[in-house]
Amino acid sequence: MFDKVWLIPFFPLIGFLINGFFGKKIKNEAVIGAIGTLAIFSSFVVSTLILLQMIGLPAEQRVFEKVVFPWIHSGNFKADMAFLLDPLSCIMIMVVTGVGSLIHLYSIGYMHGEEGFYRFFAYLNLFCMSMLLLVLGSNMLVMFIGWEGVGLCSYLLIGYYFHKKSAGDAAKKAFVMNRVGDFGFLIGLFTLYWWLGSNHNVWTINFTELKAASQLLPYGGVVTFATLCFFVGATGKSAQLPLYTWLPDAMEGPTPVSALIHAATMVTAGVYMIGRMSFVFVKAPETMLVVAVVGALTAIFAATIGTAQNDIKRVLAYSTVSQLGFMFLAMGVGAFTAGIFHLMTHAFFKACLFLGSGSVIHAMHHALHHGHLHDDPQDMRNMGGLKKAMPITFITFLVSTIAIAGIPGFSGFFSKDEILWQAFSNPYHGTTNAVLWGIGAIAACFTAFYMFRLVFMTFYGECRINAKVKNHLHESPLVITIPLMVLGFLAVVGGYIGLPKVIGDLLGGIPNYFEHWLEPVFEQANHYSATYAHQGGHHSHALEWGLMGLSVVIAVVGITIAFTLYIKNTELPKKFTAAFPGLHRAVYNKWYVDELYDYVFVNPCKAFGRFLWKGFDVLVIDGIVNGVANVVMAFSGIFRYLQSGLIYNYAFSMAFGVVVILGYYLFK
Amino acid sequence: MENLNSYLIVSAVLFSIGTIGVLTRKNAIVIFMCIELMLNAVNLTFVALSRHLGNLDGQVFVFFVMTVAAAEAAVGLALMIAFYNNKESIDVEDMNIMKL
Repeated sequence: MFDKVWLIPFFPLIGFLINGFFGKKIKNEAVIGAIGTLAIFSSFVVSTLILLQMIGLPAEQRVFEKVVFPWIHSGNFKADMAFLLDPLSCIMIMVVTGVGSLIHLYSIGYMHGEEGFYRFFAYLNLFCMSMLLLVLGSNMLVMFIGWEGVGLCSYLLIGYYFHKKSAGDAAKKAFVMNRVGDFGFLIGLFTLYWWLGSNHNVWTINFTELKAASQLLPYGGVVTFATLCFFVGATGKSAQLPLYTWLPDAMEGPTPVSALIHAATMVTAGVYMIGRMSFVFVKAPETMLVVAVVGALTAIFAATIGTAQNDIKRVLAYSTVSQLGFMFLAMGVGAFTAGIFHLMTHAFFKACLFLGSGSVIHAMHHALHHGHLHDDPQDMRNMGGLKKAMPITFITFLVSTIAIAGIPGFSGFFSKDEILWQAFSNPYHGTTNAVLWGIGAIAACFTAFYMFRLVFMTFYGECRINAKVKNHLHESPLVITIPLMVLGFLAVVGGYIGLPKVIGDLLGGIPNYFEHWLEPVFEQANHYSATYAHQGGHHSHALEWGLMGLSVVIAVVGITIAFTLYIKNTELPKKFTAAFPGLHRAVYNKWYVDELYDYVFVNPCKAFGRFLWKGFDVLVIDGIVNGVANVVMAFSGIFRYLQSGLIYNYAFSMAFGVVVILGYYLFK
Repeated sequence: MENLNSYLIVSAVLFSIGTIGVLTRKNAIVIFMCIELMLNAVNLTFVALSRHLGNLDGQVFVFFVMTVAAAEAAVGLALMIAFYNNKESIDVEDMNIMKL
């Protein structure tokens, strides 16, 4: 089965080609939807078979590389179109194809009746293909194709409603910000390739070969530079400080896109990339510290913004940025398994949340449409009391919210708590990192608060929608609710494959399957990090239990605050806003980061562009070009008088010429 | 053949008359006749020199020139008729549509 790995990106490619080229002619939504969904579902089936086969193999044999065709061979440089199967890429393909299939299915219902239905499915398939290339690529160049491909698809899908200016702007913003990151990725790639090649004659960009050669890399130095460049790439793709601002704007795209691309898969590419190159990153402790700090700061920064947004999708977008921050925090402290684990559980519950919000928006839209009202269907201030009208959406949404808030027993708890514990205890940066833990814990509190604020505003209380159309709020069709139920189920149970050791011991020695599964991938990195690590302090189980309890308390506190403010005493938020108008305005306006970027980067760029246009292009370039033309015209203006059009003039000049030539030869 | 010069002088005079005619006359047919005059002046030179040098090449050339002149007369007269049909004139001053 391993040999058939190329089928995984191949199916979505076929789906893309069919829908992309013939979708307009097919017209039938059911056929187009079926093609798109079947394409990615076939990949899911292949992925599952591969996963099952891999589980059957002993741990040390779980690596397989398949060269599909030789691609670029030039001197020392060698890059093949090749796929790498190992436990890490196995998890990623399962997440991408699994969540992807559900979202394709959901889109059939959600996008019903949209103009360009076929276009949507073609892009969605193309995205899946790119993402699968990204996670399966066995060298950095194949990964980079995927890396660029997902950026492109993200652009296309954010700008899906291209007739809306805001959507076009958001798409451009996402693309440009991603390009900034991609630049870093490329520089990092070149640096690593060049340094290993020129110093140790190891010319390679293949991950397996790099891993084997990684003991040649020093701690710090050039590795720090290269990894920092890679990290810039990761901040662009995974929406971390300072390149995160495109992600909230990306909510201009249709909701399934937000769920698939801007929550579950593409934005995790940066985390995956760090995991894939963990053996390089651990050799650069400074970079790792930067990763951890940026992750922690992003987690809390985005979480604060999330507390004051009223657009349901925007809250989820900031929550995504914040959760990605948690993943980077884990990567930065050397807890790669925890980061990937959170990546997976987050994919489940965040996809469920986004699809749930899509279901809500869908219902709101229809109800408002029915009453010919023009209220914003995404604004939570128009919602409320949807619990009764949409029971399935409500339950799945609630379950996922509990999971993201970190209540024990749900998937988010296990992964987030593992990250916080690792941030506190991992000896990589020193014995304890109470500061990183503290920031993470506060961010977790904010998370619990804004997520429950969202649930309370949307599903509880009185319905604030216009009474006329209230009765038109209905639960979404099965094609939408089935993916919700599956994802909701996974959001509950997904965490049990990675039980923390203390809980596993308590339950009779259940091992952390997830950690064991990924062990061969991160073995090298863990080895380096152990070599480098500071004196590893031993932390007692009591401390771990204590911190776990504390993080539960923190989550409960967040939920309680939300409950007090938005259920019990709904006047309080207004009073609070009135008491701290400046703070509220700052948070509501996203700390004015967009304005700052406009002021510092965008406007100077525009001014420079205008200068080049009006100053350089119009004056200098056009001046030269037009000047040459003018000179030529002036001369020809003189000579044109010779062209009288009268035959005897020409005859005369001819005769005159003959006389001159003859005279020259006669009298010389 | 000491009177070669006489032939050449006659030929030069004829040629010059032809040239001046071409340059100064406005009537296309007159110009045309002047061109014929110039051609025949050249023919005279050919024949005279051929005889002088005892080489027949020059006389052969004269036949060619005559052929070309005949063809030219045919084409030229046709052009003039066509032109006259359009412009009701064969004055070369009216032949100025090539001017901008």
